[in-house]
Parts: sequence; structure tokens; C-alpha cells
Amino acid sequence: MTERLHEALDRVTRVRGVRGVLLVGLDDGLVVADAVMEGVRANAVAALAASLVQRLARATATSGIGQPGFLHLEAERGALLTLAVRERLMLVTVAEPGVNVGLVRLELLRAGAEVR
Amino acid sequence: MSRTRVVEPWLAGPLEHFVSESGARLTLILTPAGQVLAQHGFTRAVDVMSAAALASGIAASTGELARLLEGGAFRALSHESQRHGVFLSRFASPRGPLLALVVYGYESSIGLVQLFFEELVTDLAAAAPAAPPRAPVLAADFERELNESLATLFR
Repeated sequence: MTERLHEALDRVTRVRGVRGVLLVGLDDGLVVADAVMEGVRANAVAALAASLVQRLARATATSGIGQPGFLHLEAERGALLTLAVRERLMLVTVAEPGVNVGLVRLELLRAGAEVR
Repeated sequence: MSRTRVVEPWLAGPLEHFVSESGARLTLILTPAGQVLAQHGFTRAVDVMSAAALASGIAASTGELARLLEGGAFRALSHESQRHGVFLSRFASPRGPLLALVVYGYESSIGLVQLFFEELVTDLAAAAPAAPPRAPVLAADFERELNESLATLFR
């Protein structure tokens, strides 16, 4: 699975504007696998994104709409996209502004299928 | 009211920042011999003494195990139960090697604790004053210093 997973992560990074993609444990915020450009702090992104999604999960559960699936967060100098894959794992993508979100989501779904 | 108590003032800022960012419930900073320099979250001196003794003992035994395995020293140890996680790490500081014991709950994670622990080590290195000249350690001095530290931590 490891080789197929890395190939799938590499495919996500081939989308123009993607600076890195990580498979992260939702509970521990640790990196399971990653493909990131230089300058992306994988450990920091993983820990903070997992914390963010866990807090969002509490909000969505309280609102009665279940667990978050896909998250697209636009920031001043880029975007963070996360996708829940298999129980307690998620894919996290760091991208530049203007990235094709639909394409990234498609590649994340494909990568997620390799994890399941 | 702050739940952080320190024996030396330079420890306060970095420790408070670490606790606030990582969401740690309990934190101890101590020497490898078990002398507590700072704590956050403990309410009873006896708990600090027990945690410090256990942390020091665990660090010593895992260090010895690492020596037997000839793999160099272990850097950090983490353990998770259903309700709490425990992170124990040895780190270098301008005041010599120190240990940190961190207990965290569901509101944090080992990833967050590790992330902000790296910052804590950097912040402590920047905040530490020059080391005082080392005097020989006497048993009587150690006990007196231990009692003074506990008095400071729980006054």
C-alpha cells in the first residue's frame, strides 16, 4: 500500500499550485505520509490541521450535521484543503491562492481511495 | 489566576506560552535528578514530588536501556491512554540537560505537544541567563533546595 499511497500523494502535488499533501492521523496529529515542497513545515501543518478539524467536528456534530468531510479554508496567501479518509485519518493539502479546488478535491478523493 | 509556578523567573514566559498553545493540562520541567524547576497545573506538592520522581526514574531507566542497546539516548517517550496522553522528553538547555513531563487530554494531541515542545526548547534556550558557577552537590543542600523549590512552587 505504501508505494501506491506515495504515488497517489505525488499525483496530488502535480496539480498546479499545490505545495504539499500529507496523510495525517486525526487523533494524534502526526504525519503518516507526505509529499511537500521545501518550506512547508509538515509536522506543524499536520498537528494544527488535525486540531482544527477536530474542533470543527465538534461544531458540526453539535449542529446535527455529522462529521466534516471536505474542508476548504482560504487564507491570505493560500489555501488549506482537508479530506477525511478512512476512520481517524485525513489528507491535508497546502496550496497557493487560485488553485483549482475542484481538481485538488478530485485528486484527494483518488488518493483517499488508496488509503481505504 | 495563573496555574504556572516557577522556581526561576526566566522559565515562566516560555512555559506559559507552551501550555497556552499546546493545551497541556499538566507540565513539569525538572532536572534529570528530579529537582523541579517549574510546573503548571498541579495543585498539590505531593503530586509534583511523585510525578518528578517517576519522570526522573523513567528517564534514567530508558536512558540505561538505550545505552545497553548502544543506540544513543532516547529523546522522547510518549504514552496514550483513553483519557490522557503523557509525553516525557530530555532536552538540552544552557543550564544543562533538563526533562519535561507533559500530560494532555482530548483537547490536544501528541502532534501539538511535540510541535510546541520544540518551540519551548528554543524559547527556554533564548530566555536562560548565564549559568552560575557550579558548586559541589551535597545531600543536605539538595534536600534544602528541594524543600525551597516546593515552597516556591506552592506558596
